[in-house]
This record gives sequence, structure tokens and C-alpha cells, in this order.
Amino acid sequence: MSIAATVTDPGVAGPSTRNWKAPIGFGVGALIALFVFAIGGPAATAVFRVSDDSDRFRLADIALPANVVGWVVAVALIAIAVYAFLQVRGGRGINRWAGIAYAVLFVVGFLTWVVGIADRPSISLAGLVAGSVTLAIPLIFGSLSGVLCERVGVVNIAIEGQLLSGAFAAAVAASVSGNAYVGLIAAAFAGVLVSLVLAIFSIKYLVNQIIVGVVLNVLVSGLTGFLASTLLSRDSATFNSPPGLPEVRIPLLADIPIIGPILFQQSIVGYFMYAAVIVIWIGLYRTKWGLRVRAVGEHPQAADTMGIKVNATRFWNVLLGGAVAGFGGAFFTLVSVSSFTRDMTAGQGYIALAALIFGRWNPIGAFFAALLFGFATNLRFVLSIIGTDVPSQFLAMLPYIVTILAVAGLVGRSRPPAAGGIPYVKE
Amino acid sequence: MKLELQGITKRFGSLVANDNIDLVVNPGEVHCLLGENGAGKSTLMNVLYGLYEPTDGQILVDGKPVTFRGPGDAMAVGIGMVHQHFMLIPVFTVAENVALGDEHTKAGGILDLDKTRARIREISDRYGFDVDPDALVEDLPVGVQQRVEIIKALVRKAEVLILDEPTAVLTPQETDELIQIIEELKAGGTAIVFISHKLREVKAVSDVITVIRRGAVVGTVEPSASTSDLASMMVGRQVSLSLNKAPATPGDTTFVVRNLTVPGSGGQNLLDNVSFEIAKGEILAVAGVQGNGQTELTEAILGLHPHASGSVQLKGKELLGMKVKDIIREGVGFVPEDRKIDGLVGSFSIAENMILNWYNEPPFAKGFAMKPSVVLKNAQEKVAEFDVRTQSAEAPVSTLSGGNQQKVVLARELSRPLNLFIASQPTRGVDVGSIEFLHKRIVAERDAGTPVMIVSTELDEISELADRIAVLHGGELMGVVPGDTSRDVLGLMMAGMTAEEALRQDASAVEERNRAAGGHRAAGAHRVTGEEDR
Repeated sequence: MSIAATVTDPGVAGPSTRNWKAPIGFGVGALIALFVFAIGGPAATAVFRVSDDSDRFRLADIALPANVVGWVVAVALIAIAVYAFLQVRGGRGINRWAGIAYAVLFVVGFLTWVVGIADRPSISLAGLVAGSVTLAIPLIFGSLSGVLCERVGVVNIAIEGQLLSGAFAAAVAASVSGNAYVGLIAAAFAGVLVSLVLAIFSIKYLVNQIIVGVVLNVLVSGLTGFLASTLLSRDSATFNSPPGLPEVRIPLLADIPIIGPILFQQSIVGYFMYAAVIVIWIGLYRTKWGLRVRAVGEHPQAADTMGIKVNATRFWNVLLGGAVAGFGGAFFTLVSVSSFTRDMTAGQGYIALAALIFGRWNPIGAFFAALLFGFATNLRFVLSIIGTDVPSQFLAMLPYIVTILAVAGLVGRSRPPAAGGIPYVKE
Repeated sequence: MKLELQGITKRFGSLVANDNIDLVVNPGEVHCLLGENGAGKSTLMNVLYGLYEPTDGQILVDGKPVTFRGPGDAMAVGIGMVHQHFMLIPVFTVAENVALGDEHTKAGGILDLDKTRARIREISDRYGFDVDPDALVEDLPVGVQQRVEIIKALVRKAEVLILDEPTAVLTPQETDELIQIIEELKAGGTAIVFISHKLREVKAVSDVITVIRRGAVVGTVEPSASTSDLASMMVGRQVSLSLNKAPATPGDTTFVVRNLTVPGSGGQNLLDNVSFEIAKGEILAVAGVQGNGQTELTEAILGLHPHASGSVQLKGKELLGMKVKDIIREGVGFVPEDRKIDGLVGSFSIAENMILNWYNEPPFAKGFAMKPSVVLKNAQEKVAEFDVRTQSAEAPVSTLSGGNQQKVVLARELSRPLNLFIASQPTRGVDVGSIEFLHKRIVAERDAGTPVMIVSTELDEISELADRIAVLHGGELMGVVPGDTSRDVLGLMMAGMTAEEALRQDASAVEERNRAAGGHRAAGAHRVTGEEDR
């Protein structure tokens, strides 16, 4: 799957020359489409249900003849790949929209094919999308934490640890107090605590940020695992049975097909997620605070000469990032399931890191990247329900394949903050 | 605003960077700090700008002592600084860069860049800066970036403006424009501290010159002092500024470059269809502002650019497509532009650095084994021959001064039989005393019958060494002109004119100037690009 908005950046003249990554990637994808979606396309009709029976407004289902769609998609993808090849050979850039169109077509082709070969070739589009958002929520919080830290020049590998500590703290605090909102606050604090260690070691003691991050992840995993197997399992009624956060449904708006359930039928954590993406985006790009933050991450010395306290800015931002990720971690124990289990974040922090890179260090970019990963994960669940022939192991790999392709740079050049990972020391 | 430094001393451990320095800067005055690289000028200015705390001494503003705990404090009393390496964020717009640290905001901390834009336009119009507030800084030429830095200081109402080596990155024409800007700022009552090691500019702009050597003030002189007096004050001994090289006696043309092209990633060529040739016993100097294809030219010749096309022939043999190692074996000596990155391995000893590209050949190696005693003996000989100032040939090369490091690179490259010698920025960051020595060695290599190519951004060095001068602009060759071509013409070519256009324009400019000034040089009194100072 190449989900590529591939752009060769014409503004940046590097020492490297023509970049063949995009045409090659496009070509491989187009060949897959040709052999699998078109030639191997089933003579079935894939049905995408837009509305469910219980919905107030009902729209007609979309029914697509799988082999016809397969051929159309394959031909279009080949055309785009040829276009990309010609552009690169001529030393020109590839239009951003070509990459986006390619990605959309490929996804349409893949979905039609995979649904078409299933035993019951019919899935609910609304359910697929809504499930993707739900699965993406902790990822989005995680990558927002990454944005806050990396924009200021501190590499945050500890997202995984922050999520996990948030999940743990939320479970325990909510169970003990009997109040889920106390759990939310405790989760944010736990994230800050992890961040505090990261900040002190990387900013004050100049320890390699990646090493601190990895060590923190292992530490949090070990610590919460230990407490889970002792304290929590000994008296799980007191410590590990948090009250869940209810779904808050906004009447009428939630009835809008497809986007209704996504935007207006969420837990409080979900609403906070949307707010956080918008607030952080505005903060970074429209406020004095954001200008300073980005300056510190790009060129700390320049910021310093303009009277900005570089290390203090970094410190507070890293703590804020911890609070955001910790808060997101609460999703696991207060929304998703209702108890803490050992290592329940299962590497989502690393996927969040990938979403951050895929989203080019931009809150909105990270949001969509995380959604994509959520979609890949959810697809696996949905497909196993409708009984597809694709082996489940392959489907389990989907989110990770998407991650690797995304991070490997199929998405074109993305430019991280220039001072990322480099501690600032005044001479 | 009157600014005084009294007895400023700054120590870094045992190193005394500034030793008891006194300095007075009056309003509306251009005060030059003249000194070699590493003399302590920048340290002093960083103390003045609040970046370093002085070990001893005090700073007085209008007679009152002040202490700066950071650049913010210095800016607050009206001191602005344009650093040698610009303190601009490349991915920000001009307005964002200017606003940073002194932002106008609307309710809720929302940035109000319109006010900043208005201020930039106001200042830009007043001094004729021609700066677009919404341009991205990384897209601007360095000359304009420098103006953005000046605007940053002026927006903060700087009354004392420190310019740290401001001309290092400019073309001669941009330097002229900068000097005009300085004149206007001065007329408006701003005091300027101008830091430089270039005698010509210092004489052209300053009202007072303070010479610094090894961290201490050696004297304060009038700009009317002679260039050689200034040079000897700066270096501490008599230096001969001119090389007095014999005219070249070119032999056969053995090095031929044809249509050399290096593509860039964005479809634009970094080096575009460049053709020239160098004869034995001749120095071709490549002039141009930094970043106009010089790096690509030398790297392509050395085989470091896999996508270069065209032809590079040495003694009839095609070098393009050969491996770097094989090109070196063809007898190509190469001094890279940044010795610390490409020329030396800092933690290796001098002896090891002397054989970096020769380590696996006899006499230094036999089979898999190296011969440390031969390596050391070789190094000791070269250290003596090139006058490398060091305790031992086994000392890590990073412990040497810039000039001595450069001598190590040159010693390595010149101590084998060469068919072509390429030196990029051979004297960058090297003290005046060593420059003389390095130049003489390069000329000696020419006189031994080697084709020599020098790449330099310093026009003085170009004029000094060149038998012919090639000028690069935007990756294209603007022309190859004789070695005695005037700085004005070279400057126009560096700004993108072909040799013919530049000669024509220069001839008409001279005519006009003569007519306007009635044959006198009044109008050109502050021009540094003119020939007058030489």
C-alpha cells in the first residue's frame, strides 16, 4: 500500500539528484493493482453500507462490481506511475495531487477487492470509519505529545511510556476514587512525571534523548507491569476496576451519516482529542508562544539572541507533551476496556511517533496520519468479521506495513525541526 | 548613546580571550575592531551583547555601569548585533524572524504580524532595503538576509549596532551597498561597531580603528593609516601583503573540462555546462559568491558527484566516472573547502593525517601492515618543511590552530607528484602570517609545472594568485578573464553578468564617475571595490 502524497520539494536543492523513489513505489503499487485487483478481481459486487438500519437518515448503499473497479483503478494507477516516471526523468517535481489521487485510488481498489473476495461481500462504511477514529484516539494524543516535544527540539521516544503510565494511573485513580474524571487528571499527571525525567536528563544533563526515551519506555513498562501483577491483581476490585467514561451523544448532529458518529458521538476523551488538535495547531502557528516554540526547535541560538529562554521553553513544552500523552493513555483504561493489563499500549506509542513523522511534525498532519493507522487496524477487525480469504496474519501486519512505508519516505521529503535531538549548551 | 567598555577580561579556563580591553563608542561613529581570526573580537562583542559574562571589567552606557545577563538586557538598552552567522530561522518569513522575541499580539496571545510588517516596510523604505516582509528567509540571498538582521536590530530601536564580519558572505557590490547603509545609519545617529580582518573595508568605512591582537588592544589609529602599518599591527610583525609572483609560463594544456553539469534535486542544475581548461604551470582561480557551484565543481572533478555529466580530462584521460581513489592515483591533489569536515580527521595524529589518502601504498604500508615508523618519519619531515607549529607530529591534529591544520592538509596534498592541484578556500580562517606561506607554496607548485585550480570567495586572494580568473554564478561560468581584471568587473560577473557585459558596464560607469566628479575621486571615496587602495 503506498499511501503517498509524494512531492519532490523543488525549493530545496540538495546534493542528491533525481529521486526515483516515488515512480518506483508507484510502479510497484500499480503492478499489484493490475495483478491482484484487476486480473485477480472477483466477479462479485462489493457493497459498502453507508447507513445502518437504526439510523434516522438513510442513504442508499454503494455497490461496486469488483473486477470493473479493479481494472479502472489499475489503469489509473499505471497512468499516474508513468506520469511520475516522466516527471522525474525530466528532472521535474511530481504534483502533490497526483500522489493524493494515487493513494485514494489505491485504497478504493484495495477495499473493493478485499471486500469482493469475502464470503459476505458487504461492509458498513460508517462503522469502518467510526471504528478507525476510535482506534486512532490514543495515537493522536501520542503524536501531539511528539509534536509538542519535537517542535521545541527534544526527541520524544517516550510516548509509549507516557501512554502506558497514563493508562495505569487512570485505572488506579479512577478505581480508588470511583470517579473517572479523577482518573483523567491522574493520567495527565503520570504523563508529566515521565516527561519530567525525560526533560531533566535530556535538557539539564544532556543525555542522549533517544536513549533516555527508550529507557523510560522500558522502565514504565516494567514498573506498571510489576504493580499490575502484585497490587492490582491482589485486589482488583479496589485498584483495577475503573468506572468507564460514557459516550456523550450530541442529538441531531450525531445523526448525520458517516461524520455524525465520528464528530458527535464520542467519549469526553474523543472530544478533547479534537480540541487538542485544533488548539495545538493554532497555538503553534498563530500565537506568540508557537513562534517562540518553533524558533527554539529550529535554531535555538537565534532564539537565544532574541532573548528567549531556550531551555526553559524546552522544559515546559516537554512537560506539556507528557500531560497530553498521559491524558491520551487514559483512553485505554477508561474508554476502550475497563481494566489495566500489562503492556496494554502494545507499541502504539511507536506508531504515534511514526504518525508524527508521517504528519510532518504538524498537529493536523499527525491527526490524519494517525487516522490512517487507525483505519489500517480497524480494517483488519472488519475484514475478519466478513470472512475474507486474506490470511489474518497478513491483515495483522497491515498497520505496520503502512507505518514502514510512511516512515521510509514514500511520503516525500519531510523536514523535521532542525535542532531536534541536539541539546542546547551556551558556550 | 555613548558606550564604554572598561577593562573587559574574558577567560575560558586557562585561555584568556580578552585581556583588559578598553573601548569607547560614540554616537554617529563607525568604530572598527580590526584583528585576525581568533584575536578575540567576536568574544568581546558577545560580552557586549550579553551572550558571555565578562570575567572582569565593566560596561558603561552613557556613563552608567550596566550588567547584561542575556541578549535581552543588551537589546533593552539599545545594543543590536548582526552575527557573522546570521541568527535567522530559515523556515520563517522575514516578518516572523523580526517579530521573534518582541511580538505584537492580539487578545489571547494571537500573533499580530501586521504591525511587524508595517514596521519592516517603514524601515525598509527609509533606508532603501527593499525587503519583502512575507518572503521566506531561506529563499533570500545572503545580502538581503543581512538586511533582515539589521532590520531586526532597528525595530528594537538599536542605537549601537554591532556588525560581526559583515562582508564575509557578500559580493563586492553587496559590500558597497552595505557601506552605503552604514553611512545612512551613521547619519541618523546610530553608532556602528564594525568587526573585520579585511584592511580594505576597514579603511573605507571607519572613523576610528582599534586593533586587537591575541585578546588585547594594541592600539587605536585613524583610518588614514597605511594598509601595511595596519597589517603589521594586526599580525605583530612586518608582513608582505603582495606575493610578487613571477609571470606564469604556461606549458601544454593537460586539464580540460567540457560541459560539466551537476544536476540538483529540484530540476535546476547546480553546475551548468561549465567548460574551461588549465595549462601546466598556470593558476586558474575560480571566483564567485559562496554557493554558486564552486563546491560542486571541485567535487565533480574529484569524482564525488555520481550524477555529474560532461567530460573532465586530465592528460587525455577521462576522470568522470572513475572512483575517487583512482582519480587521486592519477595525481590529483585536493584541498577541500572545509578542512575540519573533509580535510582532516580531528582525533587522528598529524602523522596519520599526513597519509590519509596514501596510507595503503608503499612506503607507508606493506601488504596488510602499516609501517608506523615510516609514517612518523614522513610526518616529521613535512612538519619541518611546512613549518607546522606543534609539539609533536603525534599530537592530534585538532589541537592545532587553523593555519597549522591547513598546512597539514597542504603538506599532504603537495608531497606527492601531481598532475593537477585543486585547492578550495586554501586560506579560510588562516592567520595572515600563514596565508603568505601557503600562497608561496601554491605558486611554487605552479612553477613546478602543475596545472593549479584555486577556488576562493576572497577577491584579494583571487587577484593575488590568479593567472586567469573564472567566475561562477548560479552554477554557470560567466567567463574566464585575465588575472589582472579589476575588482569592479569581477564583482559584476559574480552578480551574474557575462565578461563582455561586465566590461562594458564598468567602462561606462568609470566614464560617468569621471564626468560627475570632474576627474576627481570624490564620489568614489568610500568605494571599496575601486582600485584606489591597492
